[in-house]
Amino acid sequence: MVLETIWFFLWGLLWAVFFVTDGFDFGVGALSPFLAKTEKEKRVMMNAIGPLWDGNEVWLITAGGVTFAAFPLVYAVMFSSLYTALMLILFSLIIRGVSFEFRHQIESPAWKKIWDTCFFMGSVLPAILFGVAFANIFKGIPIDQDGVLQGNLFTLLNPYGLLGGVLFLLLFLEHGALWLSIRADAGLKDRSVATAQKIWPLLLAVAVIFLVATAFATPLYDNYLKNPVLFLILVATVAGLVGTKFFLNKAAYFKAWFASALTITGTTFFGVTGLYPNMFPSSLNPAYSLTAFNASSSPLTLKIMLTVIVIFIPLVIGYQIWAYTLFKDKVNDKELTY
Amino acid sequence: MDVVLLSRLQFAAATMFHFLFVPLTLGLAFLLAFMETMYVRTGDEDYLRMTKFWGKIFLINFALGIVTGITLEFQFGTNWSRYSGYVGDIFGSLLAIEATTSFFLESTLIGVWIFGWKKLSKKAHATVMWLVAFAGSLSAIWIITANGWMQHPVGFTIRNGRAELSDFMAVVTNKFAILELIHTLSASYVLSAFFIMGISAYHLLKKQHVALFTKSFRIALYFGIVSTLVVVVEGDTHGVHVTEVQPVKLAAMEAHWETTTRAPIHLFAIPDEENGKNLIEIGSIPGLLSFLGYHDFNAEVKGLNDFPKEDRPPVFITFVAFRLMVGLGTLFLLLMFIGFLRRNKLSDSPLFLKAMLWAIPLPYIAIECGWVLAEVGRQPWIVYGLMRTSDAVSPIASVQVAMTLLGFVVVYGLLGAAGFYLIVKHARKGPDAPAKS
Repeated sequence: MVLETIWFFLWGLLWAVFFVTDGFDFGVGALSPFLAKTEKEKRVMMNAIGPLWDGNEVWLITAGGVTFAAFPLVYAVMFSSLYTALMLILFSLIIRGVSFEFRHQIESPAWKKIWDTCFFMGSVLPAILFGVAFANIFKGIPIDQDGVLQGNLFTLLNPYGLLGGVLFLLLFLEHGALWLSIRADAGLKDRSVATAQKIWPLLLAVAVIFLVATAFATPLYDNYLKNPVLFLILVATVAGLVGTKFFLNKAAYFKAWFASALTITGTTFFGVTGLYPNMFPSSLNPAYSLTAFNASSSPLTLKIMLTVIVIFIPLVIGYQIWAYTLFKDKVNDKELTY
Repeated sequence: MDVVLLSRLQFAAATMFHFLFVPLTLGLAFLLAFMETMYVRTGDEDYLRMTKFWGKIFLINFALGIVTGITLEFQFGTNWSRYSGYVGDIFGSLLAIEATTSFFLESTLIGVWIFGWKKLSKKAHATVMWLVAFAGSLSAIWIITANGWMQHPVGFTIRNGRAELSDFMAVVTNKFAILELIHTLSASYVLSAFFIMGISAYHLLKKQHVALFTKSFRIALYFGIVSTLVVVVEGDTHGVHVTEVQPVKLAAMEAHWETTTRAPIHLFAIPDEENGKNLIEIGSIPGLLSFLGYHDFNAEVKGLNDFPKEDRPPVFITFVAFRLMVGLGTLFLLLMFIGFLRRNKLSDSPLFLKAMLWAIPLPYIAIECGWVLAEVGRQPWIVYGLMRTSDAVSPIASVQVAMTLLGFVVVYGLLGAAGFYLIVKHARKGPDAPAKS
């Protein structure tokens, strides 16, 4: 009981860290065609996340792997029932990943155009699709007792799902614009700051609509009403959002970025806490829902995996912080690698 | 086509494509670390140019390996959900441990290596590549442990309608997995050695950057000789172990139909799977199969006809894959031997250099054949003796799988072509000119 609950929230935490870290990579990629005016600026944008994106993406691999290890049934049903959406994410991540290494290899505008498009599409699509997928999970997915989806990709593209997609995209755009405000220089930096300023009210509006829609479209608030102290999560999320604007106005971009990270973490935990103990609820019949208790691994596996996580995740965080501190300064023109 | 066959084709396409890049990453990382360390210790600029030259090729290859690797982790859930639900307790943990302990380290540090030339001390920068190399091979340990468990499942009990972990130590000390690991790693190192020697041979033939490529060639040669010897010795042990735990695979890889003592190996045969015999057998060596399986020329080897038809793997593919793998392995041993004899007069051995250039693709073929043998030879099981492949597939529409299979073929085809073009371009261009002092 306790073990499953610990794992449930660890599962949420891994997704949250993935959204915080790779989230700004997605944001930068999605902004790349709009913010960069010159070839050099395009390169600066890529180099701003170049050293870090790969390590960030492993949080997704780990979130997926931990779902597989700790909640095999959730992994099985989630990945097969969301087949088309996941495959689209996968193809997006593939073309995004190679664009970093391929783009700078040949000095030809046509060649660069291909990888600019891949970089952009490979960032926008996952940002939206992760939002659509998670909003649908909050709402419940039409799966039968065998975990088979009664529907297709378009079943997921319902208004609430799409709203989730827009919310995630805006979260990541804001996060990415802030990262660029930290690492870019001159004109590009000014445009990044202006973009962060412009996106913020949009993000606020969509976040409010999403919170209201959640009350109608999902049962997420039930847990909060049962235990009002949980509303603190929502308070923290809002504090993050307000803090983003506050620090942005003061030109304290690092702090604004951290506040934005808090917003993303809070948003993820708002949903995950509302779901508990559901992990993949069925909208057809609550009895078909996969929960932390009916979909988990054996206690032995959960214990072994917990030991591994407790030892290694702090280590990972340690060396990733080290890597971040190496590459937190303005991108140096002379060190443009990609 | 049905969803099982489509999913198998998709898995084969995604995995075999991924494994075009993995072995070079595993081996070249160590060689890069060695070259950079030599630069740090001797200050010889040639070693730095060497590191940068091979590093460029390494990174293109690495990028393709990384992006195609994500597919592998996802597709167990997308396409093999019944398998994932049934064995996730064990198999899933191994994948999660891999990501947490190894893949994080490798992916985080590769970024540091690429961008950190001026941010780190020379020594620290070289250390980063050593860590990337170790993390890569550590990854392989966990992935092969997972595959080894599918080949020879241990340490589990059937409870709650699924396979649950009962003995973690048994899973990580699975002899099958350990042998498979040694085999895969050393074969990957052989591939990397041939890759470096082949490209070095190209430049030596053109008489350009002779000093740099002679050094590269020799480093790879010694690395390759040791690795080849490990493959050979391990392969022998491996044969005995397969005979013990997967006798039907042994019979299939030799197209051995009737149970006999002094069982032969046929250099070539055309198996007739319908009627349980070989249509043609050429070059049969009596007793050799008995020796391979039991280290005894007179041992009795069980034939395919003594296994129920529904438990036999596809014989022809298994048989051909094994032959190609072993045949090429023997050739590698020979080439390494010649290379050792010619090591001090490489530039005067154009014929040998030409052979080495043309040998670049061969270890790729051998290593893919090895996987075909391991995976096709395990059929009809996804987990040997425990779960059939046909029971493992996701309950999804075949049209979905057909679409994504097409997507993989197109996207991977294009990326593969682009990657191949870029690697060839860099390999031909050679290293940058030495810095003027």
